[in-house]
Amino acid sequence: MRAISIIYRRELGAYLRSPFAWVIAALCLLVDGFMFQAMAMSGEQLSATVLEKFFYGSSGVAIGAGLLLSFRLISEERQTHSLVLLNTSPVRDTEIILGKFFAALTFLIILLALSFYMPLLIKVNGKISFGQVMVGYVGLVLLGSASLAIGLFASTLARNQLVAGVVALVILIIMVFLFPLAKRLDSPVREVLQELDLWWIHFQTGFMRGVLNLKDVIYYVAVTYFFLLLGVKTLEAKRWQ
Amino acid sequence: MIRVANLSKFYGGKRALGPVSFEINDGETVGFLGLNGAGKTTALRILACDLRPSSGSIEIGGLDGINDPHEVRKKIGFLPENPPVYADMTVLDYLGFAGELRGMSRGQVKRRMPDVLEVTDLGEVAQDVIGTLSHGYRQRVGVAQAIIHQPKFLILDEPTRGLDPVQIVEMRNLIHDLKQNHTVLISSHILTEISQTCDRLLVLGKGKLLGSGSEHDLAASESEIRAVTVTVRVPAGDDGKARIKKVLEGVEGVKSVADPYEQGGGLSFALSTTRDCRADVSRAVVDAKLDLIKLDYSRSELENTFIRLVGGADASN
Repeated sequence: MRAISIIYRRELGAYLRSPFAWVIAALCLLVDGFMFQAMAMSGEQLSATVLEKFFYGSSGVAIGAGLLLSFRLISEERQTHSLVLLNTSPVRDTEIILGKFFAALTFLIILLALSFYMPLLIKVNGKISFGQVMVGYVGLVLLGSASLAIGLFASTLARNQLVAGVVALVILIIMVFLFPLAKRLDSPVREVLQELDLWWIHFQTGFMRGVLNLKDVIYYVAVTYFFLLLGVKTLEAKRWQ
Repeated sequence: MIRVANLSKFYGGKRALGPVSFEINDGETVGFLGLNGAGKTTALRILACDLRPSSGSIEIGGLDGINDPHEVRKKIGFLPENPPVYADMTVLDYLGFAGELRGMSRGQVKRRMPDVLEVTDLGEVAQDVIGTLSHGYRQRVGVAQAIIHQPKFLILDEPTRGLDPVQIVEMRNLIHDLKQNHTVLISSHILTEISQTCDRLLVLGKGKLLGSGSEHDLAASESEIRAVTVTVRVPAGDDGKARIKKVLEGVEGVKSVADPYEQGGGLSFALSTTRDCRADVSRAVVDAKLDLIKLDYSRSELENTFIRLVGGADASN
């Protein structure tokens, strides 16, 4: 636990010092703002619909930001050789992965929190509940954390950051488009793939509409856990290679 | 004490190390000597618990290095070939981070910091961001992170790599200071570096241990030392080469004379000798009424030994 905290503090400090992280944050907020303006503020609509459209756009931003904040976490350390410090310290691979993951998640939450003025604008000018907003943000954080875990796992695979980024992107694209792909298949494969989809089923029909389903929460926690575990196992395996 | 038995490492199907066995006593400074690809870095990474071996056993300070790497790492400070630094951190922050990772409290790090900065001579750049430092200073930061938790065993992989001559001397002095309090393992392919710093050498070639002992022990174990080069002016109109060769072969202690090559207006002959017979060689040349231009050791004894050992490894593979 102590090692997780030490690595967390270093990583979060690195995010806060890094121009790259702030450029990602600025770009994500810019895209989020544009989408809000274009989709949510076009014409007369119910405020609940405007909020749904905001979360629709923000979910893409959360996935993208999750990927961009995580794909360098291990691969960059390998490339710059600083990973050796962690590998030769009395620190377990799980602690390395968790320290880095929680730091990235904290920065992602900061980034998402900076977009909070948009639902506030809807609330000031319309009629939405605070709970609806919070459920949407919980969904964004869970979706973002799944994306972070996928990026972190990809980062343990490759020394080259670009390769890690591409691997993460491919996994995310596959997971996001499992639902449309599943629709072309027969039962029971269709149902299984649909349930594994990262966005359509678990975010669009639940969190985006302000509905908090326990199964959606469990799904995102399970995806995050699964890819973090894969990351830990990959780090361990690299010591044997 | 470090005990290594039948240690080997394969990368895929390719053998990078072993099987090798050796022991290192507490307080010793041991040099891992070998050409590039000899297995030095692999051996040190395994000892530092950065890499797991394919087979064999390691005991470090009474702990099992394979089954209990977590505990072993607490006793080890490791400087890899490239210092494992974070370019975005200041020297102080980085050393604090490294110390805490090794289990030190913030208070312990704070108390230890002045000593570490003094030993590594990093005081004047302590507040600087590591990314702005020269390679020499980064290497020092690498050493500082390796010693901050006062480990019993210090492993330095090519500590002088990429340093300029002044920095090499400074690093050598630093290692001399560190020898007082640590069991030190150093790897290098630079012979003079190793011979000046270490009590004992382990010569590696193609992943195998080719020799072990002090510089003197290794040299003495070789029956033949090709150590003397003599350069003689060839008399005009004379059958120079054959005559000079005959003169040199007649000197006591000379086992063989290699074919000469031109150098500095004369012919240079590399002699295989069983002892340092420079005085006898010069006398013989002068007695034969030949002009002696140059006489010296072509290489140090260690260098000869090293080349022979490594050459033997090449031949056996």
